[in-house]
This record gives sequence, structure tokens and C-alpha cells, in this order.
Amino acid sequence: MALLERHKILETNATLLLVASLLVVSVGGIVQIVPLFYIENTIEDVEGMRPYTPLELAGREIYIREGCYVCHSQMIRPMRDEFERYGHYSLAAESMYDHPFQWGSKRTGPDLARVGGRYSDDWHVQHLIEPQSVVPESIMPPYGFLLDRQLDGAHIADLMSAHRTVGVPYSDEMIASVRADFLAQIDPASEGYDAMVARYVVDPDPEDGTDPRNTVVASNPDGQPGVSEMDALIVYLQMLGTLVDFSTYTPDPNR
Amino acid sequence: MWDWIKIAVLGVIVLFAAVAANWARDLAYQVHMLIIMAVAAGLFIWTVRNIDEPTGPPGHDEGEYMDGVIRYGVIATAFWGVVGFLLGTFIAFQLAFPQLNMEWTQGMGNFGRLRPLHTSAVIFAFGGNALIATSFYIVQRTSAARLWGGNLGWFVFWGYNLFIVLAATGYLLGSTQSKEYAEPEWYVDLWLTVVWVAYLLVFLGTIMKRKEPHIYVANWFLLAFIVTVAMLHIVNNLVVPVSIFGSRSVQVFSGVQDAMTQWWYGHNAVGFFLTAGFLGMMYYFVPKQAGMPIYSYKLSIIHFWSLIFLYIWAGPHHLHYTALPDWASTLGMVFSVILWMPSWGGMINGLMTLSGAWDKIRTDPIIRMMVISLGFYGMSTFEGPMMSIRAVNSLSHYTDWTIGHVHSGALGWNGMITFAALYFLVPRLWGRERLYSLTLVNWHFWLATIGIVLYAASMWVTGIMEGLMWREVDAQGFLVNSFADTVAAKFPMYVVRALGGVLYLSGALIMVYNLWMTAYGRQAPRAMAVAAE
Repeated sequence: MALLERHKILETNATLLLVASLLVVSVGGIVQIVPLFYIENTIEDVEGMRPYTPLELAGREIYIREGCYVCHSQMIRPMRDEFERYGHYSLAAESMYDHPFQWGSKRTGPDLARVGGRYSDDWHVQHLIEPQSVVPESIMPPYGFLLDRQLDGAHIADLMSAHRTVGVPYSDEMIASVRADFLAQIDPASEGYDAMVARYVVDPDPEDGTDPRNTVVASNPDGQPGVSEMDALIVYLQMLGTLVDFSTYTPDPNR
Repeated sequence: MWDWIKIAVLGVIVLFAAVAANWARDLAYQVHMLIIMAVAAGLFIWTVRNIDEPTGPPGHDEGEYMDGVIRYGVIATAFWGVVGFLLGTFIAFQLAFPQLNMEWTQGMGNFGRLRPLHTSAVIFAFGGNALIATSFYIVQRTSAARLWGGNLGWFVFWGYNLFIVLAATGYLLGSTQSKEYAEPEWYVDLWLTVVWVAYLLVFLGTIMKRKEPHIYVANWFLLAFIVTVAMLHIVNNLVVPVSIFGSRSVQVFSGVQDAMTQWWYGHNAVGFFLTAGFLGMMYYFVPKQAGMPIYSYKLSIIHFWSLIFLYIWAGPHHLHYTALPDWASTLGMVFSVILWMPSWGGMINGLMTLSGAWDKIRTDPIIRMMVISLGFYGMSTFEGPMMSIRAVNSLSHYTDWTIGHVHSGALGWNGMITFAALYFLVPRLWGRERLYSLTLVNWHFWLATIGIVLYAASMWVTGIMEGLMWREVDAQGFLVNSFADTVAAKFPMYVVRALGGVLYLSGALIMVYNLWMTAYGRQAPRAMAVAAE
């Protein structure tokens, strides 16, 4: 074949071979990745989505640090058994503020995309201290040490600013009051609590006179004063999948 | 002059690292800065002590191959291999016996932190060192030229291993950006980028000054591997650091876009790091050991271009039925199935190289290792396309089947071809007549093979079983099994898998002993490799 004989040109010229290889390997990625930034159903707005509160974001940091994503997915597929076991399939919009995404690739443990509100705080504390005490078959490692580590929220403002840089809509007010909000969320009786909720609550239609749906969970899971890593992680777990109200959500027929 | 610049740069690095360690916001970052400070300070002193020492006229060593760095690479490969296999075996036991996640380690010994350590140790430490060492060997022999860039080759070796130490200590101390196979944080990624560019320069520079008119086929694969990994690494690690004094960073992409980018990266870490790079090894060592030319030159050309073009499309098959749009996952599936052809083209080209020398499978255990590695390559490049079909994937995704598939490729193909290359290289690099013991190679071969079979078979069983158990509903439409039931059901197979790991690890330890005795045991040295002409 004449074409194969022309290969001699590439084979005897290193620069040409390098450039040709780079061009050939670039095509697939460009075709598959670039459109995702523009097409409708990967950048759709879904009612209820809001950025993480400072405490939730701190909990998400623990989730990432401990490698929870190694064994738990956060991506429910549209199948009968997954609907029965975990709930409505995951929407693209539900991970729009996840930098990076936490979909996972393996279910050594169950999916966590909608674990929020499914178990009590006490259950989570007990489960994280000794998983086998509440689920005898579990092979999950123990995380009791999270109780002993206190968080002061010192660098959360920087973390939120970095998220804002990459497009998460944190307002100046949210960034300015981050320390107060961080501490207020574990204590609904504190004076800054209502202001914190007002900042993070989503009101799609402020004119209609109804109260907006509050998806900010206030709790102090370990019952101790101060914010432990355990508190932050559980507050994060308790909000997973609770933002979108599926009783009112209508899927786009084009999906 | 160059020495003075080096001293100045190293001094600045020591100073900055000291300041950064002092102001560190997290332990991982602090430890990393102390490591960087120690390394830079050591180099600083070493450079000062050697300044203006005579090094001989430039080009005085042009006539010989640069093999010192390859010897170090071989040792690093064997060392990291054992570390990675040991970690893998340990975490396999953790999944069977969760008590092995010990409280006193304060999370550092938990599965969630050790699993990235295992995957990075085997892919990047074992596989990466093997690729760098063998590519340096291959490019010099097939170009009949000494490695380009003088000590730049040494920089690549030490720089890459520094990257591994930073990545590994980071995982243990909780520094991760949570992207699978790309966990190291921003400054470690930046360092790897510098090292990788140096690697590309050394490799390309050596090809440029080759004395052969044609670039040998192994070098096409190695070049494509180096340049594609650079592209993947940079795009997948686009981040905004939270602070210059902390390890945390925030990904630029989020959600669907980030997922697609991650698996474009993740699947091509397999496609280029573990396939194209290792095919480069295959295209050199198989013909060499068999004493035969490559079966088909035309097949190599078709195989090369189709493989690198198609592989890059396969990523979305990791995201079937997710929030990724269907058209993208369909593209991923279709290209994955087509990819079966070039993959088998490579396997056939490797296996048929033995035509006329098939008897060597019986007499030469190194050839036998190469053949079984090609066999596993063919097996897993059939299994992969099959698992990428949406209907199959709906069962296999999220299960242990995926883990089994990865390991038949990694242990079978990458592991075995690397072992064969090490057995090939050590006698030549240390100037020995032959290996210390072929009987031990045989033991290694069988232990590793049985280990892989136990591993893959047990993961097929658990994977398909749990996939079926998850979706099982009774006549009323209720789920039959709770999630915990499926975990309990997997226990026996988890034990079998861990035992497979023990066998594979034992084989590797036998190899290390054999290679050590070959290099440093009592044996008459043979004449060193001929000089490059």
C-alpha cells in the first residue's frame, strides 16, 4: 500500500512524529469534553441548588481527605433497583458546585447521593465510631478519631474564595461572615443563626409571599461544644441529595 | 557559571521551603516542605563541594551508553513493585477483615487512604520507574546514541522518585484532590510537570541524534505515551490552590464536566501509561529475547495509529447511565468496542514474532512470561470492550468485576512484561553471563500466574454476584437483598482474592532475590555491552 510507504516520512522525522501523535490524540477529548460546557442539559439550572455552607464545605473536605469516594459513589443511575434503594436518579445540576465531582466509581459501600436525612445524627456518630455496631456485616473502617479533632474554621474563607474563583456563586457577604456562619450552624439558638440561614436559603420567587424552602440543616451531631470533624462530616452527609425537591421537579423530556 | 546559577536556585528553594514549612496550614504540606528543604539543602552542599571540579572534556563519554541511571531505575522498579504489591495484599485483607483498619493509626492506616497509596505505588512508582528505565535503555540501543542532555537523565530519575515520595506521604497524611489516579495536590503536580518535560526532552533529544535513519517502532509508542500523558496530566489537574502555604486546591471544573475530564484522563492513564508505554517495552524486549524480528512492520504502523487515535475516546464508558449525556457515553462505548481490534493487532504482532521459535516457550521462562503477559493483554482488551457495552456495564459498574478486570491487565500484562524486562536487563546491565537461577524464574512465573487466576476468578464471582443481588426483586417488586447482605456474601471470595495477592507478592520477592544474586552474587562478570557506534 502506497499510504503505508509514505509512513517513512514520519518514521524518519522525530518532530513530525511528535506533532502528528499529539494531533491524533487530541481529537477525542475535544469532541467529548468541549460541548459539555455549552449544551443545555449539562449546564441546566435546577431549582433548589445552592452552594455549600461553610460547615458543609468543611465536612466535604473531611469526606475527600479520608477517601470516602473510594468506596462510596454519589451517582444514582436511572434503574429500578437503584430507584428503590437510593431514590431519584442523580441530575447533572446536583453536582454543579462539586469541585471536583464526587461521583465515585465503586460501591464497596452503598451510594450516598441521597443519604441526607435518611439516618439520625446519633446513628451516624455511632456508625462512624464503630460501623459494625450498627451494621454487623459492614467492612467500613472506624472513624472515631474525628470526634477528637476540633475545627476552628480559620481557613474556610480562603477555601470559599477559591471556590468563588472557579465559579461557585458565593456572595461578598457570605465570604465576610464565614467564621460566624461556620459556628452558627451547629447551634440554632445562637444569634447569628437566622442570618446564616437567610444567606443560604434559596428563594426562587421572592414575590409569591410563601416562605422559601430551607435546606440548611442545623445540628450538633456529637452533642459536644465546638465543631469537631465528626460534626462537619455528618452535617455534610445529612444535606447530600436534599437540595432538589423531587416532589415538584419535572424532568426535561429531552434528557 | 551554570554551577553558580544552580547554587542560587537551590538556596532560594531551601529558604522558601523553610518559610513554607513554618507557615504550613496542614501537616502534609509541612512534611512535604521539610522533605523539599532537606533535598535542596543536600544538593546545595553537594554542588558547592563539587564546584569547578574537572569533569573531562565535553563529549568524552559520547562513545558509551548511559546505563548508570537505568541500573538505578531497575532497582527502583523492583523496590516499588514489592511495596505496591505488599500494600495491595494488605488492603485486600482489610476488605475481608475490617479489624485491620486499626484505630491507633488515626485514619492513616484506613482503607480510604491506603487504596490511593496502593494504586499510585503500582501504576506510577512500579510502572513509571519501569517505563523510564526501559525507555532509556531502548532509545539508546535503537538509536545507537548516548542519552541526550548529560545529567538530565539523572534529574528525571531522581525527580520522578521525589514525586512518588511526595505523593505517597501526602496520601497517608490526608492530602488528596480526590481524583482517582490523579490524587496528588497542586505543587506535587507542578513538580511532576517539570520532571515530565525533562523526560520528553531527554527522550526526544536522544532520538534526534540517532545514528539509525528510522525511528524504531518501540520509540513511537514511548513518544506517544510521554506526550499524551503530559497532555492528560495538565488538563486533569487544572486547579486553583487555596493558599500557597497549604496543600488544598479547588478544581476548575465541576460536576459533569469534571467527571468527563477525569475519566478522559483515567482511562487514558490506562491507555497510554499502561498500554502504549508498555507496548513500547514489548516491541523491543520480545523480539530481542526471541531472537526474531517483529512479525509485521505494516501491522505495527496500523496498530500504532489506530490505537492512539481510538483510545482517547474510550473514557465515557466509565460514566454509563450517569448524568453524562447519552451521546457522549455512546461514543465512549462504540470507540471502546472498536478499540478491541488494534489491541489484538498488537497482541498478534507480539505473539507471532515467536513464529519459528515457539519451542522457546518450553525452554525459556522469560519468553514464557512475555507470552503470558501478551495473553493477559489480549484477555483484558477483550474483557474491557465487552464491559463497556451499556447493557453489560449496567451490571458490572460499581462492582468488583471492574477491580478484577483492572488487575488481570495490571498484574498479567504490565506486571509480567515488566518482570520479563527486568530478567532481560539485569544480567546485561551488571555485566553478568546469565541470570542467577532460571528455576527461580520458573517459580516466579507459576506463583504469579496462579495468583492472577485466583484474583481474577474471585472478582468475577463477587462482581457478577453482587451486581445480580443488587438488582434482584421479588414478585411484589420489592428488593430482595439489603446492601449489607451483598457485603456479607462476598466474604469468601475476598479471602481468595487476598490469597491470590500473597502468591503474586511471593513471586515478586523471589524475583528480587534472583535479581540481587545475579547482580551482586558470586558469578564471573562478562564483557560489558559494546559501545555505541
